[in-house]
Amino acid sequence: MAFLEIDDLHKTFGSNTALHRFDMQIERGEFITFLGPSGCGKTTVLRMIAGFETPTRGTIRIDGRDVTHLRTRQRNVGMVFQSYALFPNMTVADNIGFGLRVARRPQQEIRKRVAEMLELIKLSALGERYPWQLSGGQQQRVALARALASKPQVLLLDEPLSALDAKIRISLRQDIRALQRELGITSIFVTHDQEEALSISDRIAVMNEGRIEQIGTPLDIYNYPRTRFVASFVGTLNILSGKVIDPATGKLAVDGQPLTTTQTLAPGDAGKKRLLALRPEAIVLEAPAAGRNSLQATVEEVSFLGAVVRIRARAQEAVISLDVFNDPNRILPQRGQPVALGFSHENLLVLEEGV
Amino acid sequence: MNRQSRVGAWTALVVGTLYFLIPLAATFEFSLRMRRGTYSFDAYRVVLSDPNFQASFGYSLLMALLTIVVGVLLVVPTAWWVQLRMPRLRGIVEFITLLPLVIPAIVIVFGYLRIYNSSSLLPLTGNERATDLLLVFSYVTLSLPYMYRAVDASLRAVDIRSLTEAAECLGANWPTILYKVILPNIRSGILSGAFLTFAVVIGEFTIASLLDRPAFGPYLQLVGANRAYEPSALAIIAFAVTWASMGLIQLFGSARALTPQRP
Repeated sequence: MAFLEIDDLHKTFGSNTALHRFDMQIERGEFITFLGPSGCGKTTVLRMIAGFETPTRGTIRIDGRDVTHLRTRQRNVGMVFQSYALFPNMTVADNIGFGLRVARRPQQEIRKRVAEMLELIKLSALGERYPWQLSGGQQQRVALARALASKPQVLLLDEPLSALDAKIRISLRQDIRALQRELGITSIFVTHDQEEALSISDRIAVMNEGRIEQIGTPLDIYNYPRTRFVASFVGTLNILSGKVIDPATGKLAVDGQPLTTTQTLAPGDAGKKRLLALRPEAIVLEAPAAGRNSLQATVEEVSFLGAVVRIRARAQEAVISLDVFNDPNRILPQRGQPVALGFSHENLLVLEEGV
Repeated sequence: MNRQSRVGAWTALVVGTLYFLIPLAATFEFSLRMRRGTYSFDAYRVVLSDPNFQASFGYSLLMALLTIVVGVLLVVPTAWWVQLRMPRLRGIVEFITLLPLVIPAIVIVFGYLRIYNSSSLLPLTGNERATDLLLVFSYVTLSLPYMYRAVDASLRAVDIRSLTEAAECLGANWPTILYKVILPNIRSGILSGAFLTFAVVIGEFTIASLLDRPAFGPYLQLVGANRAYEPSALAIIAFAVTWASMGLIQLFGSARALTPQRP
């Protein structure tokens, strides 16, 4: 039995369905990210786990206990908000100790725990300051310490880094992950930033229009997207339309050029069109070689992006982008120049939907 | 701003200032003329030493304090709940709270007298203490537009939803959230509403008179009808009380002195 079980969760607001059948099993100590665009239902699920929204249908169990209809304060979950939500009338130390004071813990225990948490977030010297006297990153650390001080069973993080600037976001997400590992607390992180999700998570649930599109490790999600949405939302992917020639051998054709995939094709797919995905970084400019796919195309655009150069080429209908490292000794192709695009059979992914 | 509009603005300001200040200055000057041939504060001395002044002012002071307490207890949880759980009802609630501004006090008090007279099911006018209670409730109604707006504006200035949810997650129940988290963060709004309520109640005449209560408003009317210089002194005192209230609103409203937030 998983530590946090979400079964058949639905949520409707009037006639609008925010969440369609959400099922997920989360193990103790796991760091899960709900990733998706605005309005995909990720925050709705988080708020239902916290108890701020009541599911229209379904159950939520934490450590075997059905919490679906319990009040928030009875669930023992900690939450970190995008807006920090620190109490402006209290000092940093009072904010961190709030949950313990509410639980009527002894003063000595509260003081000790607050000091521990301040130490943990490396803000021991700032305990007597008020929230407005801290930077955004410091405020979010305090919010994290406050959420963790009462030792919740589950930590919920609702886009906690969205209000911070880029540098602080990166350092704070590393700190959050390190803290989570140190404390071994089961955590759910909500974000629309795919880089954030890929860098921090044990597993990612990619969501779209109130549904889970795919659940997997960051590597799985990035390298083997199952749907067009996941392929386009996580990283940059070339989406091609291919006609299945021989499902048994994985033979397809894109703009009449033969390609091979190692992914399974159904016998009934012969002659049908399928969506194919190809990562820009998986493609190289190379002469056709045995055992590798090769697409003949003409260069349309060459864009310098700093560390990499992105080349856009067109076969006929298919437009393909590829990235090459910026090497001053490399001679880049010119616009209008014919090129051969090489990639392995494994890198040609077949998506679930048809064309 | 061009020269012509600047001249226009200054003219409007000067005319407006004179419109308010001349009657006030004249009243003040007249209040100092009690002693023949010289200016003195005799009228103020007479008024302040009048036992009826002390009794009526003390009574209105008590009514104002009770009105503030009942008003805060009624308005703060309501405004909080509307913002948090029923934001769609905000327009309706605002409309209801504004009604006392368009319904004259005389209409309200006649309504009360019909509903709560001594032969009704709830005879609040049957004895003095119950009538005092009715007067407090009347004043809560009269001051509702000011108290609600001041509290609502404060609630909107802080992220009340996140603060409430954060406190709930930390195990706090509703009374704790309200007392420890919400109230301290809207203290300036509550104080503004309280001073406005005080200013409204201290000089109110219609309801106190028709409910036959010994308040400051009816006393002002009585003195005004029978004396020459004392009414002017009382008018200046009443102005001073109101201005002091307004000054305190400014103090707490702009400096937010009681809440440790970024100025």
